[in-house]
Amino acid sequence: MASSILIIGVGSPYRCDDSVGLIIVKSLEYIQSKQVRLIEHSGEGSDLMDVWKNYNYIFLIDAVQSGKPPGTIHRINAREEKVPTEFFHYSTHAFGVAEAVEMARALGEFPENLFIFGIEGKNFNMGHDMSPSVKISAKIVEKMLKEEIQKIINQEIMNA
Amino acid sequence: MSKNRTIKVDYLARVEGEGALFIKVKDGILDECQLKIFEPPRFFEAFLQDREYTEAPDITARICGICPIAYIMSSIHAMEDILNIKVDGQLRELRRLIYCGEWIESHVLHVFMLHAPDFLGYQDAIQLAGDKPELVKMALRLKKAGNEIVRLLGGREIHPINNRVGGFYKVPEKQDFNVLLEELKWARDASIEAVKVANSLPFPDFDQEYEFVALHHPDEYPFNEGRLISNRGLDIAIKDYENHFEEIHVERSNALHSVHKGAGNYLVGPMARYNLNYNQLSDLTKEVAKGIGFDRQIVNPFQSIVVRSLETVYAIDEAIRIIENYEKPDKPFIEHKIDPGIGYGCTEAPRGILYHRYEIDENGLIKTAKIVPPTAQNQSRIEEDLSNFIPKFIDLSDEDLTWKCEQAVRNYDPCISCATHFLKLTIERE
Repeated sequence: MASSILIIGVGSPYRCDDSVGLIIVKSLEYIQSKQVRLIEHSGEGSDLMDVWKNYNYIFLIDAVQSGKPPGTIHRINAREEKVPTEFFHYSTHAFGVAEAVEMARALGEFPENLFIFGIEGKNFNMGHDMSPSVKISAKIVEKMLKEEIQKIINQEIMNA
Repeated sequence: MSKNRTIKVDYLARVEGEGALFIKVKDGILDECQLKIFEPPRFFEAFLQDREYTEAPDITARICGICPIAYIMSSIHAMEDILNIKVDGQLRELRRLIYCGEWIESHVLHVFMLHAPDFLGYQDAIQLAGDKPELVKMALRLKKAGNEIVRLLGGREIHPINNRVGGFYKVPEKQDFNVLLEELKWARDASIEAVKVANSLPFPDFDQEYEFVALHHPDEYPFNEGRLISNRGLDIAIKDYENHFEEIHVERSNALHSVHKGAGNYLVGPMARYNLNYNQLSDLTKEVAKGIGFDRQIVNPFQSIVVRSLETVYAIDEAIRIIENYEKPDKPFIEHKIDPGIGYGCTEAPRGILYHRYEIDENGLIKTAKIVPPTAQNQSRIEEDLSNFIPKFIDLSDEDLTWKCEQAVRNYDPCISCATHFLKLTIERE
């Protein structure tokens, strides 16, 4: 049976660069199929753990802030690397993306494949203006995702 | 250790200066305690202008990823107040049901993923999961029962879209609840166990004197409707909120503090609701409360974790009652005409009362909007509690004092999206 693929765009549509994950998911809507599902998500961690259950491949896209120049793209294979909690909404008061990943690991409920695309943001204030470098990176990540998904599908056709 | 120090808690790491707790210790004595909270509602109030009145629920739902239903319902009730729409019967019951879902998910998340690890000496819920995986799995399943209610009625769990002015876009069939009902019966038993776990935590002695403010309805524990009352004699209609409460500018800080005019700060949220509405709880909830000696006024904010657990029992019990009595209504919503005017809505978000006021014109366009979230209302009271709390622990190391402050701030479950985001704490001793 073909693998199921989930693409999750995380963010807030009203917080400038934080909306980048949602925008990428919207622009990829046309690849939605029986095999590929796309969703928008606020990033609430315990729900993420529930949402990604039953998928073979999960791609999660979110804005991050780690001090690198705006627009920098991070690709994390979360199964192999620990997700830095300070990367996302670091907080002892929130249960977000990084917490969901590490909690799933601690409980032995880690998804088969989980890749995180983090796009370095600059402006997280209320509003709709995305930084130019983040906009450019959004296009690049969109292309990267399309290629990765095509690769999975092609591989399965070859193996069939 | 220096006798002079400053503690700074940045709420929103990603937006510098958005919110912070600032504590200054001088000569070993607490000199200053300031809680700053950024308020996205100001942005949304402006953003809503000239939008259709029907858009307010969907737009304001985006203010908070944890309590969208509260924003949806407060805005809908305000619009229905303008348009003179009275939603009753099963549609009203379904609104209570979706609110139950939000309380369950929000309370369980806070109790087990954020607050309990503090009490048990764990750095976070992930560490707790390493030691007590069954407890964490139980909590996640319990929370999911709440998510499922919101998903079933809201259309989707994050940013629900099925609620509208006058009712719902679509209403479920009776049999749609079959699986959920069974899960809720499991959840009811699990939530009673959760109360026991919460009550077994070590609480510091920290009784305080509060003016508690909550909605009150004679026949039901409050979600959507009622009068605003307090333990100090307040008893007003929702539309009179702004005559009795105001946001004042605090000198030495840019923040606005909500105060009860002529009375000072006040507390909203689970403790306020519980203390003002104990009689309206279900028999089962009261029985569980009595079993742990909670059939009394709770005035220690550290015990709010137990109150949240008791409210979870109530929300599940109430959800079961509504589902068992559910009959699909003939129409999913009440038809209405647009009328210009001003309307008011206030509902009980998991963290406390959330007030909305809107003015719409003859075309149904929003002319003005006002939103007062619960955390903003508690801000001044949180500062006072911290000012009373910190001196007891002033000699702790910076690291331990920071941890104590975080635990104390969590008592109020400050909304991580609508009023504050993230907590980052720095201590400065002069």
